[in-house]
Amino acid sequence: MSNEWPLWEIFIRGQHGMSHRHVGSLHAPDAEMAIKNARDVYTRRNEGVSIWVVKAENIAASDPGDKGPLFDPSNSKIYRHPTFFDIPDEVGSM
Amino acid sequence: MYAQMIKTARSGVKTRDEMTDQEREFQDKIDNDIKIEPRDWMPDDYRATLIRQIGQHAHSEVVGQLPEGNWITRAPTLERKAILLAKVQDEAGHGLYLYSAAETLGESRDELIRLLHEGRMKYSSIFNYPTLNWADIGAVGWLVDGAAIVNQVALQRTSYGPYSRAMVRICKEESFHARQGYHAIMQMAFGTPEQKRQAQDAVNRLWFPSIMMFGPSDSESVHSEQSMAWKIKVKSNDELRQQFVDQTVPQIAYLGLDMPDPNIKWNEERGHYDYSDPDWSEFFNVIKGKGPCNVDRMNARVKAWEDGAWVRDGLLAHARKKAARNMAAE
Ligand SMILES: [Fe+2]
Ligand SMILES: [Fe+2]
Ligand SMILES: [Fe+2]
Repeated sequence: MSNEWPLWEIFIRGQHGMSHRHVGSLHAPDAEMAIKNARDVYTRRNEGVSIWVVKAENIAASDPGDKGPLFDPSNSKIYRHPTFFDIPDEVGSM
Repeated sequence: MYAQMIKTARSGVKTRDEMTDQEREFQDKIDNDIKIEPRDWMPDDYRATLIRQIGQHAHSEVVGQLPEGNWITRAPTLERKAILLAKVQDEAGHGLYLYSAAETLGESRDELIRLLHEGRMKYSSIFNYPTLNWADIGAVGWLVDGAAIVNQVALQRTSYGPYSRAMVRICKEESFHARQGYHAIMQMAFGTPEQKRQAQDAVNRLWFPSIMMFGPSDSESVHSEQSMAWKIKVKSNDELRQQFVDQTVPQIAYLGLDMPDPNIKWNEERGHYDYSDPDWSEFFNVIKGKGPCNVDRMNARVKAWEDGAWVRDGLLAHARKKAARNMAAE
C-alpha cells in the first residue's frame, strides 16, 4: 500500500454569502487534518469563512469527450432566455 | 526561471501536416487560448514537458525556503521576523499549489520529490547561492521574487488550466514578497554607512544570479520552440530578462546604490536598458551541482523528508485505524 497521504479537493466559501468554490487540493491523512491544512494553505488572508474537503477519489466527473452531447442541446433552446420574448415598452419592466 | 532549461520532450515543432487530427484539434484549442484541462486529450510530450516544468517550479518554491529560513531566527526585529516567517510560509504554499497542478497530470507528489532527492530533477539555480547577511534577505525578496514575478505573471496565460490557476494564486501573494524585500533594503540603503555598504554588497552579489534565473539566451535555448507553440512557455527568456532589468534599474537608482553592472545604461534607440550578460559558465556549473550551496540544499531537503517520515506514517496509520473502527461500528 502506498504511504502517500490521500488527495483532498478543497472548497471555500468566501466572505460574501457565496457558495463554496473549488480552490485547489492538498494531501492529508484524514478529513480533520485536511480541514486544518486547508485553513493554513488557502485562508491565510481572509479568503474564507467555511471549508469543505472532499476526497479526490470520491469526485465523479463528466467525460470531456461528452461535451457535445451533454451541452450542445441547450444551444438551440433560446426560448429559455428572457430576451427571446419581445415585450412592448409600455408594459414596463418585466 | 523557477523552471530553467526544461527539455521539451520532443525536438522541433510539428507542422500542421505532420499532425494527426487529434493533435490538430489540440493545437487549435491552444491557438484560440482555450485552456487544456486535466481530463482533456493531450499529446504525451505536452504532458511530459509540463510535468517537468511544473515539478521543477514546485521544487524551486520549496528549496527556495532554505536561504530565507536561514534568517528567520536572526531577523533584526520581531516585526521583520513575523514578516519573513509569513513570506516563507507562502512559499511552502506555492510549492503545494504547483505539486497539486503536476498531480492532475498523473504524477504523484511523492514521485516528484523522490526524483528531486535522487538528483534527477532540478530547482532554480538561484537557490544555490548563500544568504550571508540581513541585507541579502531584503535583496532576495526584492530581486529574486521580483524576477519570479515577471516570469509568473506571464505564466498566468499558460495553456494548462491548473498551472495557470496556480500562477494566478501565486501572483496575488508575490507582490507582498517583493515589497517587503524592497522595504527592508530601503531601510539599509538609507541607514548608516555600514548598512548602506551591506545593501550595496548584497545587490552586487545577487544581481547576476537573479538575471540568470530566466535561463540562457533564446539563441541557445534549444527547447523553447515547442514549449512556445504549446504555450507552456509564454515569453522568451530574453524578453522576460529585459523586462526585469527595465523595472529594476530605477529601483536600484532610487536606493542611491551603484549599479551592479557598469554596462547598465539606457538605450534610447531600443527603449530599454542595456546590460551585460551574466557569466553563463557559472550558471551551467551551478545547474550541474557545483554552486556554492547545492550540496547543503539537497542535504537539508532529504533530511527534512526523512526526519518527517515517522509523522507521515504515524498520522496515516492512525487515520486508517480510525477508518477501520468506524467501518466496524456501522
Ligand atoms: Fe513563490
Ligand atoms: Fe515569493
Ligand atoms: Fe519565491
